[in-house]
Amino acid sequence: MTRGRWFPPLLILALTLALAFLTLPVVAIFVDVRPGDLLAALDDDESLDALRVSLETTLVALAVIVVVGTPAAWFLATREFRGRALATTLVELPLVLPPAVAGVGLLAAVGPEGFLGPALADAGVELVFAKAGVIVALVFVASPFYIRLAQAAFSSLDPTLLDASRTLGATEARTFTRVALPATLPSLAAGAALAWGRALGEFGATLLFAGSLQGTTQTAPLAIFARLSTDFPGALALSAVLVALAAAILLGVKLSTGRGIGGAPAHS
Amino acid sequence: MLLAATIGGCGDGDEDARLTVSAAASLKPAFEEYASSFEEADVRFSFAGSDELAAQIRRGARPDVYAAANTALPDALFESGDVEMPVTFARNELVIAAPADAGDIDSAGDLAAPGVQLVIGDPDVPIGAYARTALDRLPDAERQAILANVRSEEPDAFGIVAKLTQGAADAGLLYASDVTVTDGELRTVRLPAKLAPDVRYGIAVVSGSGAEREAQLFIEGLLEGAGAEAMKDAGFLPPPEGGAR
Repeated sequence: MTRGRWFPPLLILALTLALAFLTLPVVAIFVDVRPGDLLAALDDDESLDALRVSLETTLVALAVIVVVGTPAAWFLATREFRGRALATTLVELPLVLPPAVAGVGLLAAVGPEGFLGPALADAGVELVFAKAGVIVALVFVASPFYIRLAQAAFSSLDPTLLDASRTLGATEARTFTRVALPATLPSLAAGAALAWGRALGEFGATLLFAGSLQGTTQTAPLAIFARLSTDFPGALALSAVLVALAAAILLGVKLSTGRGIGGAPAHS
Repeated sequence: MLLAATIGGCGDGDEDARLTVSAAASLKPAFEEYASSFEEADVRFSFAGSDELAAQIRRGARPDVYAAANTALPDALFESGDVEMPVTFARNELVIAAPADAGDIDSAGDLAAPGVQLVIGDPDVPIGAYARTALDRLPDAERQAILANVRSEEPDAFGIVAKLTQGAADAGLLYASDVTVTDGELRTVRLPAKLAPDVRYGIAVVSGSGAEREAQLFIEGLLEGAGAEAMKDAGFLPPPEGGAR
């Protein structure tokens, strides 16, 4: 009976270490910021502009990700085809790319001197130094989070449920919208939340590809960086707002789905 | 003396002496060249905006040497006891930089033309502060027109160079040395003397450095020697007569 008794305390120790390490920087932000400072930071133009730009660009990016990503994930989850593994890997690639690489890659692809640059310029599309550029960077770095979770959710749907729908004469489109979407909604919401969180925190790709200008392309993380030296309390306060926002996203997912991001997919 | 240091290195660990230098982004080419011939220590660099590096030091980071693209930041760190007495080791010139293959920008006035895509530094970094100093010396209407053309405020000189070499911007306000090291990719349009701010680089040993001797030698070499040569090759100007203040 005594054998293996050391194992549970080890697990507890590991969890304690992990929790302490992961929460320490977040706690430090709030220790350093008085609630009054937090409100004051929300009251200056630069911070407000940064938060507004962040909200606008991340929400548009999220809409693009969900609208394109959901059917793409459905296709990946429901079809056997040559190159599926490759397609899945390609979707995952931005997850492990450094954001700076994403920024350089976007410049090389759709920047003014990129290989699609002239075509975009002819079409009158401006990305660099524009909100549209921020959105492109956000979609690039954040969409894999959503597509992968959505694909996993669709894959884990009970096949008999889909078969039943089909036998009853429903088209695939109908099965998708009436059966698959409602059944996987919690997972899709969790994926969207994760993608949104990633987009809110994006820094490197945005800076390299879209630049940084107050009210146009300067998102909250860029504003934090810009004021790091001259206004550390301001940087902390803006950071605190982002922490609160991220916590709200997590909490929202938790409350609406009854589980956290990455929890077991809902089988109904 | 170098020989002595090298031989002595086997015994007292000199060979392994490590020097961490936090330096302004604009110093990268010159410092890397200098470090390759600096034999007193194995030099490691952290290049970023001067203000960001100063903020790190203020928050407790301890490199051995801090080199900034102005003298205000090292002076402030000296006041707060974070670095030893700073010296001025180089000057630079603020210029208009434009892609070599685009010919629309030939004077400061051209920056005010509608539709010009201009990139400057963030107001908090020296390169951005100098740009504003220069623009503040222009008539109000012209200054406003130029500021309206600013498409991005970059956190360091690297960012401005990148936006220009990528053809994303038509012009930027950069240091002359930044243009020198792009090997012809960018061209320089000089600012009139009455606009050009006085760009001076300050350097100091960081207080509590474990490699104070090496740090001091590194700085001395910049004032006179291999470092000064590397700075000149990279397009910097020597410190003002009388040197180190």
